[in-house]
Amino acid sequence: MNGEDIVTEKEVEDVYQRLDRETSQAGYNLNPDTEVTMELVRGLLVNEKRYGYWACPCRLASGNYHNDLDIICPCDYRDKDVTEYGSCYCGLYVSKAVVKGEQKVDPIPERRPPPEERVQITQREGTLSLPVWRCRVCGYLCARDEPPEVCPICKAKKERFERFM
Amino acid sequence: MKMNHVEGDDKGHVMLYALSTCVWCKKTKRLLNDLHAEYYYVDADLLHGEEREGVMNEIKQWNPKCSFPTLVVNNRTCIVGYKEDEIRGLLK
Repeated sequence: MNGEDIVTEKEVEDVYQRLDRETSQAGYNLNPDTEVTMELVRGLLVNEKRYGYWACPCRLASGNYHNDLDIICPCDYRDKDVTEYGSCYCGLYVSKAVVKGEQKVDPIPERRPPPEERVQITQREGTLSLPVWRCRVCGYLCARDEPPEVCPICKAKKERFERFM
Repeated sequence: MKMNHVEGDDKGHVMLYALSTCVWCKKTKRLLNDLHAEYYYVDADLLHGEEREGVMNEIKQWNPKCSFPTLVVNNRTCIVGYKEDEIRGLLK
């Protein structure tokens, strides 16, 4: 039931290697504490089997895709937390300073608002020739009729885009 | 609700609200084991429906953000997050 036993060491290792490669190419950094990072990857894979998506392993997912969109890894809060605290909420992504050993990864407060205060992804109308879409994960902007299927920068899915202008 | 019980030395009533997938919750459990503390824990992600709601309401009294791990000692002191030194200090 908890899915822990159906994720193999090889799966964890393979995903870790891929993530490590993609992350550095995109200018982000995985936590250099590989014991923590591997455990987080395992949690993500357990959640993938449980829910069908990479819900944050350190947050309680509802199991409803739409309600969990903001906490699908990489979450909407990663960039702000890495900037402010040197690490994202679960500790998978860290700042350059942490990689260099100049900053420590400490527990950080939960930035995700409670359910009643969560902002719904907006679809407001504008007066531009094309709408501008913003990726809520990495901030990438593009002007086109629809957001891209996948963010070309951070690979977040179309549903993670909000109308920006 | 099924509460998990870990045998150990009596260091007060120790209740840990955790997630089975969370690395910091795992570290907290490991620390409690290393300290030989007797404790109870529940993995909220393995609960459903009313059971999960009941646990979330319990956590909310201590930690309105309902984040994990939440450790409550003697129904009096609450530590949110894997704060190793604080936990060690409290469960000497």
